[in-house]
Amino acid sequence: METVFGIAVDGVAYGMILFIISVGLSVTLGLMRVVNLAHGAFAMVGGYIASSVMQGAGLPYELALVAAVLLTVLLALPLERLLYRRIYGSANELAQVLLTIGLCFVIVAGMNYLFGPTLKRIPLPDYLSGVVMLGPKAISAHRIFVIGAGLTALVGLWWLLERTDFGIRLRAAVDNPGMAAALGIRTERLYAATFALGTGLAAFGGVLGSELLPLEPYYALRYIVLFLAVVAVGGAGSIFGSAAAAVALGVIDTAGKYLIPNFGEFFFYTALILILFRWPHGFFKRGTA
Amino acid sequence: MKSVLRGALLGAVVGLALGAGPALADTVKVGVIAPFSGPFATVGKTFKEAIEVYQAQNGKTVGGHTVQFVYKDLDQANPAQSKALAQELVVKEKVGYLAGFFFTPDALAVAPLIDEANIPAVIFNAATSAITEKSPLYVRTSFTLWQATVPLAEHVYKTGVRKVVTAVSDYGPGIDGETAFKTTFEKAGGQVVDSIRMPLKSADFAPFMQRIKDSGAEAVYAFLPAGPTTLGFAKAFNDNGLREKGIKFVGPGDITQEPDLLALGDAALGITTTFHYSAAHDSAMNKAFIAKHKELFGSSDTVTFTSAGAYDGTHLIYKMVEATDGKRDGAKAVEAVKNLAWESPRGPLKLDPASRHVTQNMYLRVVEKVDGQLVNKEIETFPNQPDYGFKGK
Repeated sequence: METVFGIAVDGVAYGMILFIISVGLSVTLGLMRVVNLAHGAFAMVGGYIASSVMQGAGLPYELALVAAVLLTVLLALPLERLLYRRIYGSANELAQVLLTIGLCFVIVAGMNYLFGPTLKRIPLPDYLSGVVMLGPKAISAHRIFVIGAGLTALVGLWWLLERTDFGIRLRAAVDNPGMAAALGIRTERLYAATFALGTGLAAFGGVLGSELLPLEPYYALRYIVLFLAVVAVGGAGSIFGSAAAAVALGVIDTAGKYLIPNFGEFFFYTALILILFRWPHGFFKRGTA
Repeated sequence: MKSVLRGALLGAVVGLALGAGPALADTVKVGVIAPFSGPFATVGKTFKEAIEVYQAQNGKTVGGHTVQFVYKDLDQANPAQSKALAQELVVKEKVGYLAGFFFTPDALAVAPLIDEANIPAVIFNAATSAITEKSPLYVRTSFTLWQATVPLAEHVYKTGVRKVVTAVSDYGPGIDGETAFKTTFEKAGGQVVDSIRMPLKSADFAPFMQRIKDSGAEAVYAFLPAGPTTLGFAKAFNDNGLREKGIKFVGPGDITQEPDLLALGDAALGITTTFHYSAAHDSAMNKAFIAKHKELFGSSDTVTFTSAGAYDGTHLIYKMVEATDGKRDGAKAVEAVKNLAWESPRGPLKLDPASRHVTQNMYLRVVEKVDGQLVNKEIETFPNQPDYGFKGK
């Protein structure tokens, strides 16, 4: 019983971390329909910024998190203007893949050149570095914080996309850009804002997830499959879908690794195949009509 | 067809090279194959810096021959590319020695080449025992997992621990470590209650920690590739309350290599390892080495076991150049250094004539904070450890 409880707690915690590091991608890939393979690169940039401002300028963790999100968005907006804007729309899928993977390589090499290939760390404040006991099960305070942040992001995004004008316009602009523009929606600004949201969330996830996915220049390429898996299983455009997918994959992976470690990632990918076989569009597919 | 052509070409070139013979007061070239870019770029950097420190201390000439190093970048384990680079070094650069080799497959790939060209290959790192069995022209100045693990397992038993769980990454060196630990520990009378092989790409280590906890072991022997994986493992070890529970964390010293200690932070405190080199080794020679390194490169933070491997490898190359008077005769060069004993920054070394691998002291170290900096503090010495994994022929 204790083991089952342990697996459940670890699985859900891992799932929420997966969610928080891929929720940005579920905005750019899911909502904007841009196959953004540079998502990991933006997450990494966010992490590096947090690490440098903490160790260089001595900012506390919370401020470093805010600085990372804002600076990453600032750095990414010119890219949206110059590059991403040209490849919006589902007709450009191949161009999207090529451009964003190229961008990813450039950022990886740039970070390697600027910061060197060694690991960078984001020191945790004292209140996050301890261990909390949930009954018989020890779990780090940081993971509980990440779970809380994940739930907040989940509810916040749901509210933003489903209950505000911004969300309605955005969904309209994605589904039918021509008609939305004709109705007076400024789609370009809307896209820029959504892109900023996506990269901001990427940076947020990069900082919060760095305890699990340590920062080094190859971060951007190393974990991209993980991010894509979560969004694919969750279903394009569905924030709740991403959360459900992340938790499901987290629990399956944790249980598999606990019970039969030699099988490695077998369970994670088997689950991925079976889920996509049953629900080819992911758990929750947003209606397109 | 292609391989016949290649063989013929290589044969012709080697013939030419042999025929050319040595000139007096010439330049002997050494080709170094190592990662200088990509995720393992630090390794190449430590090799190069250690070589330059050696040359700064001992001069660039030996017996009237200038020793010149030529560096080739091999960013990841890639045997085919390693062989191609080695061939290029032999044919185009006319090197008299090959050196470097971080990964085992890269070192293994050049065996037929060095045999045919009759040039020695000095391995600065690649730590699988079997490599030196594949050609009589290999010499190695690093360590093997067996060499580090056998004294560790014996020590763990001596401290009164009887139940251990091994947790290693599921790849060659990890399995080497697991076998070495299990064999030695069970021979001593201990019990390995569980052997966990973790996928190389694991990001979340919590499930393995749960398993370790449930196994009821008093200590865990872990080996993972240095860098992100070790960091994740050490953090999970603390976060899941294993440290609080008093479980000991032991392993070979690569897991706490110096460049990673800063990132590992306090999560690394108390990890007990055995290894052949710590930058904090207390000897006059090591202090001179570190001081020279600082003088040349401004910092000695990255000095680690790969530095020691390259430094001593360079020493061997100098000795071989001296013994052959700069002539290209690999067999004679290797013969000359078999049994060679010398003093290194890591302590006394001796090249074992059968395995052509260094017999050396292994040190028991604990990660501690000294003057606010994390170091591998040596607390006990196991003198003259051979490579226990060498099977011989």
